[in-house]
Amino acid sequence: MLLLAIDTSTTAITVGLHDGASVVAEATTLDARAHAEHLAPNIRAALASAGAEPGDVTDVVVGIGPGPFTGLRVGIVTGRTFAFALGLPVRGLASLDALAHEAWLEGRRGDLLVATDARRKEVYAATYSLGDERACRVGEPVVSRAADLPDEVRGLPTAGRGPTLYADVLPDAVGPRDVSGGVLADLAARRLRESPAGPADELQLVDPGHGFDGLEPLYLRRPDAAPAPPSKKSTLG
Amino acid sequence: MSDEPLVLGIETSCDETGVGIVRGQTLLVDTVASSVEEHARFGGVVPEVASRAHLEAMVPTIERACREAGVQLRDLDAISVTSGPGLAGALLVGVASAKALALALGKPIYGVNHLASHVAVDIVEHGPLPEPTMAMLVSGGHSSLLLVPDVTNDVRSLGSTMDDAAGEAFDKVARVLGLPFPGGPHVDRAAREGNRIAIDFPRGLTTGRDMERHRFDFSFSGLKTAVARWVETRQRAGETVPVADVAASFQEAVVDVLTRKALLACKEHDVEHLLIGGGVAANSRLRALAQERCDKAGVNLRVPRPGLCTDNGAMVAALGAQMVAKGREPSDLGLPTDSSMPVTLVQA
Ligand SMILES: [Zn+2]
Repeated sequence: MLLLAIDTSTTAITVGLHDGASVVAEATTLDARAHAEHLAPNIRAALASAGAEPGDVTDVVVGIGPGPFTGLRVGIVTGRTFAFALGLPVRGLASLDALAHEAWLEGRRGDLLVATDARRKEVYAATYSLGDERACRVGEPVVSRAADLPDEVRGLPTAGRGPTLYADVLPDAVGPRDVSGGVLADLAARRLRESPAGPADELQLVDPGHGFDGLEPLYLRRPDAAPAPPSKKSTLG
Repeated sequence: MSDEPLVLGIETSCDETGVGIVRGQTLLVDTVASSVEEHARFGGVVPEVASRAHLEAMVPTIERACREAGVQLRDLDAISVTSGPGLAGALLVGVASAKALALALGKPIYGVNHLASHVAVDIVEHGPLPEPTMAMLVSGGHSSLLLVPDVTNDVRSLGSTMDDAAGEAFDKVARVLGLPFPGGPHVDRAAREGNRIAIDFPRGLTTGRDMERHRFDFSFSGLKTAVARWVETRQRAGETVPVADVAASFQEAVVDVLTRKALLACKEHDVEHLLIGGGVAANSRLRALAQERCDKAGVNLRVPRPGLCTDNGAMVAALGAQMVAKGREPSDLGLPTDSSMPVTLVQA
């Protein structure tokens, strides 16, 4: 098995490779503005450092957010297309799960809030219960002003960039700030081991902590419905 | 098997997800998924709506193109993709997808200019492009007059619009006349019943001083305002607006200026071939008047069929195939998107 994991939901443009036993390569670039530039070269670099070819990949997993839309789509379309080109299964995982999983891998147990930068003075957030077996998401991810999260939630140890951006309302910063492709690959490999027969393209966020999350991006916001400035469009070709 | 390069092209600069496959100068398939209906109620393209639609349509459109052309991805010689100009978020989806294909398949990638692709597409319709060719690109996003000695690496801008693109003027006038978005085809249809000399609308940048300073530039904003004012005056007076006459007279003003300047450019640069591309090239009056004036001037007119004038993947594949055929170096896998890519830059 060679599992390729991709995530572009945070500032990290990150790729991980897992051979079924362990993470064998990771390539990450921190650049919130250039997802499309860095992602494919990072995949190439990760493959090279693992001594593998694209054709050696057996599974593709993409972080489906939530995350800022433009960057998020780069990862998802890359994963979908790469898998399509090679005839591979492609699965999605909620990106916030990877942050919770990293905190779990670092030994943290108990309740955890994951809050990432949603721009517009908001965070993408989900709470997790970190047990001995795994980190389990408690409910669906939301987009919210950090200050509007319930008091008991804001008081939790918090991973992601949320606490860095809103230290006044998210005081307990812990764990990773951005998604790691290697950690996402590790999480995906574990979930594959648990439910190897699970469908490759479920469409719903189901059974947090188990299985996969479908391939649709978690936008959590409707599009702004303003037409493009005329100089930027070409409606008639 | 043919030795000619087999190239798959991806276009996502606006609201169409286009995938085309070309072998050399032969079009094998041109597949387009459009989100235009999702934008109609906003009266213009909503970038985020377009980007979301691109993500959903991307892989299915590639899959359909390959199936319909009977092409296996591994048989491709190269991938080409629009890297600009266009809507930033929309471009990213296509470029990321193209890179994933190139990387997975181990094929070279060419990030190409959308406008040069509009020129190159005529190669699959009418054969090799004479060098040089004069190209006029008119659409909702661009109105440019280009001197094209070599579409793969030498495209020169002679002029462009100072304000609205020609297609944009069509959209706005359609709105004034109560016609649906996108306005181009509806104005064209309404105009067929109208009198094109009924109203003498202004021809922008065609008088003495303007012809010195903006010889090959265009301006459609004044025309659009003149039409709106003319219609308002009738409406305020309680008169019926003669929609067909307004449409025909407005359209005549646009195509008169376009063709006049295009032929002047041909004459002054001693170019015998004029190519018209972009969505507005589907306009029936533009085609007719251009043909009439080209015949008179002894200029050979080339206009791709309407389906190839609007944004599509075939045009990107056609340019990609030219790049391969001419031995141009592929782009780097780290190639960026450039929402305001200059027309003179053919490759990213
Ligand atoms: Zn165009």
